[in-house]
Amino acid sequence: MNSFFQYFADIFNGVKSLLTGMKVTGRYFFSPWEIVTQQYPENRKTLKMYDRFKGEVIMPHTANNEHRCTGCGICETNCPNGSIEIIQDKIDMPDGKKKRIIDKHIYHLSMCTFCGLCIKTCPSDALAWGQEFEHAVFDRTKLTKILNKPGSSILKDISE
Amino acid sequence: MAFSIYDFTSFNQSIDKLLYDSLPPFWALIIEMTIIGVVFLLFYAVVGLFLVYAERKVCAFMQNRVGPNRVGPYGIFQTIADFIKLLMKELIYIKNADKLLFNLAPFIVIIASFMAISAVPFAKGLHAIDFDIGILYVIAVSSLGVVGILLAGWSSNNKYSLIGAMRSGAQIVSYELSVGLSLVTIIILAGTMQFSAIVEGQANGWFIFKGHIPAFIAFVVFLIASTAETNRGPFDLAEAESELTAGFHTEYSGIKFAFFFLAEYMNMFLVASIAATVFLGGWMPFHVSGWGGFNAVMDFIPPLIWYFGKTAFIIFLMMWFKWTFPRLRIDQLLTLEWKYLLPINLVNILVMAFMVLMGWHF
Amino acid sequence: MKEVINLPVKNIEEEEYHINMGPQHPSTHGVLRLVVSLQGEIVKSLKPHCGYIHRGIEKMCEKDTYPQIIHLTDRMDYLSAHINNHAVCLLVEKALEVEVPERVKYIRTIVDELNRIASHQLWWCSFGMDMGGLTCFFYGLRDREKILDIFEESFGSRLLHSYYTPGGLMMDIHPDFQKNVKVFIKYFRKKIKDYDDLLSGNVIMQLRTKGVGVISKEDAISFGMTGPTGRGSGFSCDVRKHHPYGVYEKVQFNEIVRTEGDTLARYLNRMDEMRESMNIIEQLIDNIPAGDYTAKMKAVIKLPAGEYFQRVESARGELGVYVVSDGNKTPFRMKFRTPSFSNLSTLDYVSRGCKIADLVAIGASMDYVIPDIDR
Repeated sequence: MNSFFQYFADIFNGVKSLLTGMKVTGRYFFSPWEIVTQQYPENRKTLKMYDRFKGEVIMPHTANNEHRCTGCGICETNCPNGSIEIIQDKIDMPDGKKKRIIDKHIYHLSMCTFCGLCIKTCPSDALAWGQEFEHAVFDRTKLTKILNKPGSSILKDISE
Repeated sequence: MAFSIYDFTSFNQSIDKLLYDSLPPFWALIIEMTIIGVVFLLFYAVVGLFLVYAERKVCAFMQNRVGPNRVGPYGIFQTIADFIKLLMKELIYIKNADKLLFNLAPFIVIIASFMAISAVPFAKGLHAIDFDIGILYVIAVSSLGVVGILLAGWSSNNKYSLIGAMRSGAQIVSYELSVGLSLVTIIILAGTMQFSAIVEGQANGWFIFKGHIPAFIAFVVFLIASTAETNRGPFDLAEAESELTAGFHTEYSGIKFAFFFLAEYMNMFLVASIAATVFLGGWMPFHVSGWGGFNAVMDFIPPLIWYFGKTAFIIFLMMWFKWTFPRLRIDQLLTLEWKYLLPINLVNILVMAFMVLMGWHF
Repeated sequence: MKEVINLPVKNIEEEEYHINMGPQHPSTHGVLRLVVSLQGEIVKSLKPHCGYIHRGIEKMCEKDTYPQIIHLTDRMDYLSAHINNHAVCLLVEKALEVEVPERVKYIRTIVDELNRIASHQLWWCSFGMDMGGLTCFFYGLRDREKILDIFEESFGSRLLHSYYTPGGLMMDIHPDFQKNVKVFIKYFRKKIKDYDDLLSGNVIMQLRTKGVGVISKEDAISFGMTGPTGRGSGFSCDVRKHHPYGVYEKVQFNEIVRTEGDTLARYLNRMDEMRESMNIIEQLIDNIPAGDYTAKMKAVIKLPAGEYFQRVESARGELGVYVVSDGNKTPFRMKFRTPSFSNLSTLDYVSRGCKIADLVAIGASMDYVIPDIDR
């Protein structure tokens, strides 16, 4: 007799649990204001990335086209997978000494793992994270970037 | 030609008369059949496309998403775009597959649902054939679809497909019983198997209200069993995505896959419309005996709207099941049928028969 | 040990029916290949084939300096990236005998627990999906997104953070961090009820998981199962309790142990762990002490020659890091003891005699991350 009642109790509890589940989905069906989808290409104008978002490594330049990179190469040695290549140049100083400066700071975005070691270890804070995230291109050579802008020079207070 | 949105009988008869008057009987018959065939094909395409879209939107809203919204306003042309894509896709031929059966299977599946829908009355006088054994015909024909699924699984020479087909076979053979028996419950109440007579019998109250408790139980059982029969919802073991990748239609591509896809939705529409016809009064408006004014307002709403409204309600219920519940295991699926649904159904038939005998229904 | 079920083979024509689950299969969540031999629906035996995503992380570590290793550990068990980082950082700090500031310990503990919740949310999604309830997938991802937003705001990325460094943190937490975490916990306490209504209490789910894939405590220990999976079999193995690191000694939390050892126990363990993690975060979030976000470290970190081992409790179980150092700035040998690999080893043993659907459910309850298995 006990199992007889158990049979009906099973059915009752089963149906009850099913209805509880249906209540959840039903509630969301009738509350469309809870939709969380972001319609990406349409919301590009209003889309704002967080300040710390790691989109790519950039080298900030001042209005006078000056950067802070001394070309020391610490970022290159710290990069775990060789995404950074530094090409140095030597210039003659007025006092006759030779001084090395950055010629090209080459950054392979395609190889970067966004670990942040280059930015953290840079002694002169020349590098920073950029918030650009739409990196898709048809040709991967375009992902190799030269971070110091052409004709740029080092900021005065850094070089001294 | 007297056209009325409430009664299509005279409209149809006038077309019939026109054809038979102007043509020899043989050609008149052929033309009539062609017209009905074309009308059903168009209806099929429209309903299929709409249901695919509806399912996507319903599930999206249940899942806090917006669903298709790119092709056309609110994405209404999404399914058409998908259909064009499926038409243009390559039909992949599998080495060592049984070519004949492989190509035949999708047609069997779609023809089965095609044949079954012909017996369903959409409005007064608007049905292709009005058999006096309508329900029996529908049960018989709609279960042909499983042959197609079995053939698809067997002939594609894929191990996942075979498992899916075998599951589907066991499942449909079992659930066919419950579908039949729950309809038998209503046949006892209605006293007829003819769809038009069943609908007429519900003029003063739908069977789900007339037959109260046993009819309601029969309705719930029918809903569960028919969901299982259409391989949907928590019973989609034949194509169980996380277990068998796509089950019996793993190897199908292009338009042949579209046939399976469409047949699933058409089967859903078919069982929903049978549930609406048998339990919820088909195209019959909602009447409360004694409330003359209310009944007149209800009568004003055209029967086609009543019919599609009820069908849509049941389709929505089935979608709600599918997007809420996890999937059953094969042995639990059979346990549910043989240990729960079937005994309940058999007792239910006895109760209903006793009730009809004693005149306890409304 | 449980007796392995040997199904009777009637004649020679009844060959085994092999199917390949994976490397491309919806239920393996990655590139794991399971060669399953079946008899009808019943699994007779199963052979996992690993290595489809082997990248040689242990070997790569041998050429990297210790700060550089951190970003590689992210990519092992990518769902609990912070916790992996924590293991290596703790090891280096232990070897160098560096005392990290209290603030760092608090932040690391909070972030670890947030990461654990995020990981369990994704597990819940995929568990629901493997059981056939697709709606679970979207609810889980929706709530995980809130954590990822907090991560993105503070650490700049959503999945692979590389946030910890030996001796401290990359940067301080965002000023809004505490506020957002509190908002999230309030939100998620409401939403986790939906999870229970939708899946935990569901009769179909209960039927499919109760008594399925039972592992006894002895088996769990001998297979080296850890984490919520091992604790589902009654093996009390929470590293946070037994070998506390961070500030786990200072917080009140329960180690969740169930003795049933079935799929349902493993499921409920993870659900309870999410609640327990929220308790831990609530105790800590208002009490983060002020101070530096990193200890003073040398520019080049060289571990003294010797062997070092450190373990942490990742979202999947016990993660051990073993380093042999010869005094250079790179390790001589590095070995990770990853929880998913040990948990995978039981799959053949557990799933014998089960149905295919059970195999999927058991696999889902173990919560594999394939890169964690292959490394």
